[in-house]
Amino acid sequence: MARLIDRIRFGRGLVLLLCGVYFAVPLAASLYFSVDDNKGGTTFRAYTELLNAPGFTDSLVLSLELAGVTVAVLLLLLVPAMLAARLGAPRLRPVIEVLCSLPLVVPVVALTTGIIGVLRWGPDYLQDTPFFQTIVAIQDPGFPIVLIIAYVLMALPFAYRAIDAGLRGVDVVTLVEAARNCGAGWLRAVLTVVLPNLRSALLNAAVLTVALVLGEFTTASILGFAPFSVWISSNGKSDGQMSVAVSMLSLLIVWLVLLLMSAVGRGRKAARS
Amino acid sequence: MTTAPTPVPASASAAQSGGGAPGPATPAPTASARTAKAPRPGRRRAGRGHAWLAALPLLLFFVIGFGLPAVAIAIGAFTTSSDAPDGGGTFTTANLTASLQGAYWTALWGSVKLSLLTALIATVVGLPLAQAVATSRFRMFREAVMSASGVLANFGGVPLAFMFVATLGNSGEVTKKLGLTAHGWSLYTFSGLSVVYLYFLVPLMVITITPALEGLRVQWREAAYNNGATSLQYWRHVALPVLLPSLLGGFVLLFGASFAAYATAEAMVGSSVPLISMQIGDALSGNVLVGQGNLALALGLDMIVVACLVMAVYLPLQRRSAKWLA
Repeated sequence: MARLIDRIRFGRGLVLLLCGVYFAVPLAASLYFSVDDNKGGTTFRAYTELLNAPGFTDSLVLSLELAGVTVAVLLLLLVPAMLAARLGAPRLRPVIEVLCSLPLVVPVVALTTGIIGVLRWGPDYLQDTPFFQTIVAIQDPGFPIVLIIAYVLMALPFAYRAIDAGLRGVDVVTLVEAARNCGAGWLRAVLTVVLPNLRSALLNAAVLTVALVLGEFTTASILGFAPFSVWISSNGKSDGQMSVAVSMLSLLIVWLVLLLMSAVGRGRKAARS
Repeated sequence: MTTAPTPVPASASAAQSGGGAPGPATPAPTASARTAKAPRPGRRRAGRGHAWLAALPLLLFFVIGFGLPAVAIAIGAFTTSSDAPDGGGTFTTANLTASLQGAYWTALWGSVKLSLLTALIATVVGLPLAQAVATSRFRMFREAVMSASGVLANFGGVPLAFMFVATLGNSGEVTKKLGLTAHGWSLYTFSGLSVVYLYFLVPLMVITITPALEGLRVQWREAAYNNGATSLQYWRHVALPVLLPSLLGGFVLLFGASFAAYATAEAMVGSSVPLISMQIGDALSGNVLVGQGNLALALGLDMIVVACLVMAVYLPLQRRSAKWLA
């Protein structure tokens, strides 16, 4: 028996060691690569020049704007619908669930082909109609609304799951009835009673969405826009060291955001109990 | 590509969904509440009308944002494109036939092969890793690994590609140190790409399978050992059969994630490894013969069909595995 336990411990150690090496080596090597000056010394050139690189701030700002608007649109669309399904129209619930799962079935590249197909209708068939102007307007490179549509769709399944998990933990129906018994209107009941209870679920959905938008590359690059991820890619082909530096930074940012999120979640849980 | 976070079992709580029905949902304990009840049915009904309205924007958005592209794919895949000699718009199956031939078939098959291989390896590696972590005595370690997995599983895309170029690319640090090029190593091949994909697939497997592993009762193991089973027999006859639906479900999820991935391969290997997502990107940038503009839509349709098949396997499995975790 003791030998068996020893063998299990040994096996566990081996598995953890091998996986640890596999996951740590690329991180360490990239970090080293980003500060290696190829003469045996270290240099932080890649990190300091980052801020002055052409297009860096523009693309980052565009990405952040896209992320912000996507989160706003997504929550404004999704939250009322999900609350309505819980409160007044239970038959809507399976419909919303199926709709929100559908984007999972369509790979992003395929969705992009569909979007391009729609955009081509503009010059092909709609030249003389007001729709043509709309199609031109949503492709404005300064602020491509078409990307927001795509991102909201891509984020729907994840945001739905996050908010649904939050709704499971809160008895929305009772909350609203209690608020209404106290004389609050529907809007007020939802805004001041239900939403504060869903805060961590909404935060969760928002963070997932932000992470998705900041990292999204496929649609933006195929449609020819230049948010941050596309900038990293095109810039990386000219300056390898800087691109690795940006990659490391973006990993660090995602990690920090997730840590912050779990810390907030834990803090709230602790405060409740 | 964004990979799916941990799947949530979809068992709807019937009590809550039925709660909106009028009737004795809330007993009114005080007299004031009872008197306040009188105008309620009317307002309730009004609220119900609002309820449909509140979902309307989402439905509308879905019709425009998802419905239109879907229609565009469905129509485009079966009609000639506008740059065709006949002016476009006539029914044809030529796009679909072409999308399943030659280089495109090679790419589709390459994508399926890559996804099958990486999903299989990630499943086989992810299970022992998740088990080693889940049974660890150190809570901090478990949480650290889980949070790291959460980050890495969502860490596809361009940064991942550059990280591996810096590590194992032609002038990568590890390649230079170990002289891997002399041994025939190249990152920009099928096997190189597999190594990269595993970097986000293994963590994804760990996240997916850990709830199932935590659902394995200690009593089952003890009962098996008390009956004289060896560790191997316990896994062979007790643990693996229980885990099988979750494992298969996880495998399918990984297949989907790997199949749909685009950014990593695009930033890293370009089109030196034939993949269907690369071919679509190529075709969309106008890199096709004249008159074949709609080929990309047919390729997209191919991808959706494969992904649908995958989901058709995944959903029932997920439901089955949810039973054990209850």
